[in-house]
This record gives sequence, C-alpha cells and structure tokens, in this order.
Amino acid sequence: MSKQDHAALADAFNKDEPRVDWHDKTLWFVREKRDKAVFKVPEWEWLRETASQIKNNVLSNLSEYLMQFEDQATRNGIIVHWAADAKEHNEIVYGLLKKHGVDKMVKSKSMLTEECHLNEFLAEQGIDVVDTDLGERVVQLAGEPPSHIVLPCIHKKKEEIGEIFHEHLGTPAGNADPQFLTHAARLHLREKFLTRKAALTGVNFAVAETGEFVVCTNEGNADMGAHLADIHIACMGIEKLIPLRKHLGVFLRLLTRSATGQPITTYSSHFRRPRPGQEMHIVLVDNGRSVQLGKKDFRNSLKCIRCAACFNTCPVYRRSGGHSYHTAVAGPIGSILSPNLDMKKYADLPFASTLCGSCSNVCPVKIDIHDQLYKWRQVIVQEGYAPVAKKMAMKTMNWVLSNPSVYHTAGKAGRWFMLNAPFTVNNGLNPWWKGRDMPEVPKESFGQWYKRNRK
Amino acid sequence: MRVGLFIPCYVDQLYPQVGIATLHLLEKYGCEVDYPADQTCCGQPMANSGFEHLTQGCNDLFIKNFSDYDYIVCPSGSCTLHIKEHLHGSHGEGDADPATSVRKKIYELVEFLTDVLKVESIEASFPHKVGLHQSCHGQRGLKLAQMTELVAPPFSKPEKLLKMVKGIELIDLTRKDECCGFGGTFCVAEEAVSVKMGKDRVADHVHHGAEYITGADMSCLMHLEGILRRQKSSIRVKHIAEILDSKG
Repeated sequence: MSKQDHAALADAFNKDEPRVDWHDKTLWFVREKRDKAVFKVPEWEWLRETASQIKNNVLSNLSEYLMQFEDQATRNGIIVHWAADAKEHNEIVYGLLKKHGVDKMVKSKSMLTEECHLNEFLAEQGIDVVDTDLGERVVQLAGEPPSHIVLPCIHKKKEEIGEIFHEHLGTPAGNADPQFLTHAARLHLREKFLTRKAALTGVNFAVAETGEFVVCTNEGNADMGAHLADIHIACMGIEKLIPLRKHLGVFLRLLTRSATGQPITTYSSHFRRPRPGQEMHIVLVDNGRSVQLGKKDFRNSLKCIRCAACFNTCPVYRRSGGHSYHTAVAGPIGSILSPNLDMKKYADLPFASTLCGSCSNVCPVKIDIHDQLYKWRQVIVQEGYAPVAKKMAMKTMNWVLSNPSVYHTAGKAGRWFMLNAPFTVNNGLNPWWKGRDMPEVPKESFGQWYKRNRK
Repeated sequence: MRVGLFIPCYVDQLYPQVGIATLHLLEKYGCEVDYPADQTCCGQPMANSGFEHLTQGCNDLFIKNFSDYDYIVCPSGSCTLHIKEHLHGSHGEGDADPATSVRKKIYELVEFLTDVLKVESIEASFPHKVGLHQSCHGQRGLKLAQMTELVAPPFSKPEKLLKMVKGIELIDLTRKDECCGFGGTFCVAEEAVSVKMGKDRVADHVHHGAEYITGADMSCLMHLEGILRRQKSSIRVKHIAEILDSKG
C-alpha cells in the first residue's frame, strides 16, 4: 500500500497530461449518459427524496430490520453469519471453503470484499479466487486494485488490456479489439464457472420483508457463478437493507441511471432460497458501520448504494484517478467513508476536494457528501492529524485576520497579505506559481481607495 | 436602506476595482453604503482547511463590523456562503445571538441586485464575447443559478443581469458548471489537479470564442487569470460587477 498522500499521487498521475484528458473525458461521458437518462424521468428528484427517506428509516431502525432479515432468510433456508469486522468476515468465508474442501472460487463484484481485502487473505490460505466481472478480472490479472467501484478498470486503455490478455490469456500480441478481447475473456471465464464449486457474490439490496437479496450485474456473471456452484456465499455490509420488496421499484430505477445512464441493470437477480442440494450463505458485515452510525454528522453516508455517480461527476476524481485515493472505495463517497475506518491513514482524503458540491447533487440517495467532507476536515484537525507546518500557518493567518491593525500595516510592500498569501509570493517554492502567474499588485487596496474617495 | 459593504480580503488587496464597481452599483440603485474600515476576512480559508475552531476572532470581528446594517452585501458567492453557513457568535445560538441576524442579512451582490433591489434594467455597455464562469459556492451553495445535475427548470441570476448589458454576447460552454479548481487552500495543497482543472475550464472558454471570462467570485477568476497569463492568452477576466458598471 502506498505511503504517498492523495496530492502526491495525483501529482504523479498529472505528469501525463494527455492521459488525464483521456481519463477525464471518459468519465465525463458517463456523467453525460447519466444526465440524459435522468432527464427522461420527470419525477427524478422525487425518487431521490423517496430513496433518501427509505434509507433514513433503515438507518434509524437498523437492528430491527437486520433481525427481521435474518429471521426471513433463515426460514428460506439461507444460513446467516454475522461478522464484526473484516477479519471475522474473511475467516467466515475461509471457514466455509475449508469445510467443503474447496480451494478454487469464482467471485462476482463485491466492493465489500475489496474493503476487507478478502482476495489477499484467501491467497495466503492457498485459495485461488477468480474475479468474474470483466473489469475486475482485468485489474486482477494486472495485479492492481480497482480504480472505480462500478468501472474497475476505467483507468486502463484498451491497448493496455490487450497486452494484459496477451500475457495472461494468450491472445495475439497487439490485438486490442474490445469485441475480440471480451470473447477471449468469456471463454476463459466459462471454464472457471464450470469447474468452481463455490461462488461468492456481493449484495446490492437485501429485503427485510422477504429475506431475499438482489444482485445487479450487466454481465450475468453473478448468476453464472451462483447457479453452477454447490455453495453460494453472499457478502454484504449491514447498511444494504431495504424494508420492503416494493422499495426495489425506487432503488432499481435510481441505481443504474445514476451509475451508467442505463434504465436498469441487464441482470437484477433475486436470490431467495438455495436450490435443492445447494448451500446458500449470507455474511452480514459491520466493519465500522455501527461506529459511523453513531456519528451524527456522518451517519447518513451509510445510505450509499454504491452507484459511483459522485466519482463520475467529481472534477478532482476525473483528474487524479481512482488509485490516488489509496482506498477500496475511491471518489467523494470514499473520502467520507474511509476516515471512519482509519482516520490517520485516510486523513488526506477529505482535503482531496474543492467542495464544489456536484457529488451531493448527483447522489441518488441525497447524501450531503460535500458538507461531510468539510466536517471531516474539522474532525481530522481536531484529532491532531494536520501537518505541523499547516497548523502554524493557520494560527498566524488567523491572528492577522482577527487583528485589523496588523492586517492593514501601511504600505504596499509591507502589507502582511502581500507577503504571505500564496498567490502573491513570487518564488519557485510557491506551488501557486508553478502553473499560474501572480495577479498584478495594485497601487492601493480598496480600503485605501475608499478612505480617499468616500470619507 | 443602509448597506454594509463587505469586501473580501483578497479583493481588497488585489482587485480594488471590483470593490469600487460594487460600491458604484449599490450607490447607483439608491443604497446608502458604508464600508466598515476594520473588516478583514470571513474566516473561510481557515475553516475550509479544518481550522474552523480557530475562527472565533474573525467571527467576532465580522459581527462587530456588520451587525448594525439593514443588509450586508459582498461581491463573492463563496465568502457570503461561508458567513451564511458558518458564522457563529461567542455566546451560544438562538435569535438573540447577533450572528443569527448577520447570517440572515448577508447577500452576494448578484442576488442582492435581482432579489432585493429587483433590478430590471442596467445602464451599461460591454460589446464583447463573454463566458460566464459559474462559481460553485454561488451556484450550488447560494443557488444563483440552476445546477446541471438536477432535474429542475433552468434559471440564472447572473445571466439575467448580464443580458441587460448593451452589446454583450454571452457564449455557451460545453461544461456549463464544472468547477475551476481554485477551492481555497486546495489551489496550493493539490496544485497539480487545481491547475489542470483551471486549464480545462479556460480551454472551454477559448473553444467557444470568449474575449472575457466573468463570474461572481474573484477567487476563481484570479486562478483562471493566473493560467491565462501563464499561457500568454489575450483573454481577460472581469468580475461581474465591473461589467455591470462598465460604460463601454
């Protein structure tokens, strides 16, 4: 894991400007697709408000809904497990595989397992995990984490994917035709689906009323894995619950329109009970969520349905890349979720934003993302994770700005502001000057002009 | 109507002409304007960096300077939003707290002209092609204009005013309300992304033939100006107050 912070990683990403342009345009295209899709739904803002209120209700009654879900799922023949943290989650999954003597598993997209670093853990135990989502398979073969929660390999150009496939799957060198590469991946994955006895999937929505869960994919890979395997393990964060099945009518309309601009995912698969002879397990994972739930200012970040609309609209994400966030869930939402998991490690992330607010506007469940970024900044500084130099600078600045006489020290050259504001200090050490010229300094301030002309 | 003029610190120090144009406009529309000499800053640079707990000095000074006016007007959406959302008094909350009334009576210049003074005509001329940069805090925070993310009817207070100016030609932009990347201390803390965002914003205006870039926040314009000048571009920036006050 990288020790560099977001600013340093983003700086490295920006060394290749044409690539930044390509990354920005690729993701902006997804934002535009989202816009086209949502403007066809006149009741869009009502849907967002409704989804937000349903999720608020879930968060306020989470323990009841969890118990109801466990009860219903158990009646359906699903085996329910509870994991307090990532470690326990990983051990539960490993224990199930071990019990069945399974050493190979297929896995469809699950950001929770990324959060828990399940693949690394299982690899250490000698379990071979194949990610079956095409984008996830690409980054897995490349030995990288996903850079985006919906589009895991969005940072890779098709030529680079061609090279990865050439190296790992034996496709011809130099072939970067998406259709050809997809076909090669399909053949490669089909063999995995047919030979794996265990399949792990994520969960998009778990319905308390019925004990069923819904998995959304565009490739059908969750279904291929789950239907062919003797044991299906579904892992979910405890916030994924919705009270009633009919609420899917709200969330499924919001999810993919926000994510990719599609009206609905190609597959929205409902799993309610194991087929005869199959074992079906659900692992309910807390991993810091109940701590977040207890934080008044941050609890509603748990409304997130992982659509990544905030990634695609974020002008910073588009120009810094997912890996600059050095966390499983990048982007604006990751920047308000990650500090809860490890404040010291992720102290930089709430500052990786201009607070422009576009994230909060595209969020289908109306999380006040940019306000929470501001609030995390206050918490991080108060908890002592601000760099010392910054602390000193802020104290000085505050002292000057609280004392008009110091601020107004006479004479253009002597004015404190001119000597200290970053955009007025003309030297090579000043980051403002690296890519920007300084403003011209006027003869007099407005205050001085006013004194001469009005009083 | 007694108006307290709040000129943000960097405008006071670097762009006095914006303060002068703001004062002219308010006087032109019959306001009795006063500029409290002891003002400094709204405190936002500290607060956005996570040091809101240090800003009580700035807050107290602001309240002392501006409590007595009917309205407070400021030619910056960002500073106005900061006061509206984060100004606190030293002694708790409630209606008796002078911070509460200050928060309610502060207006950004554009919204003061359209919503309070209800300006329907402007005697100004600016025969140029102008691109409007929608600064985020003014737009998404103060709702000076509709946001492209929302499924809602369009409107734009700054556009409404600019369209009253004789000879002006407002250009379209490919990305109508993308952030310019200034972001307060973000502009130096995340220098690479900040500059890249600014370059992309500038490119959008260049592509559509702008001669001037205007907006209601000089901080964004200062950032874009820094990039334009580094590129030796002929495009200039002007605060919206300067255009609304221009004789052509």
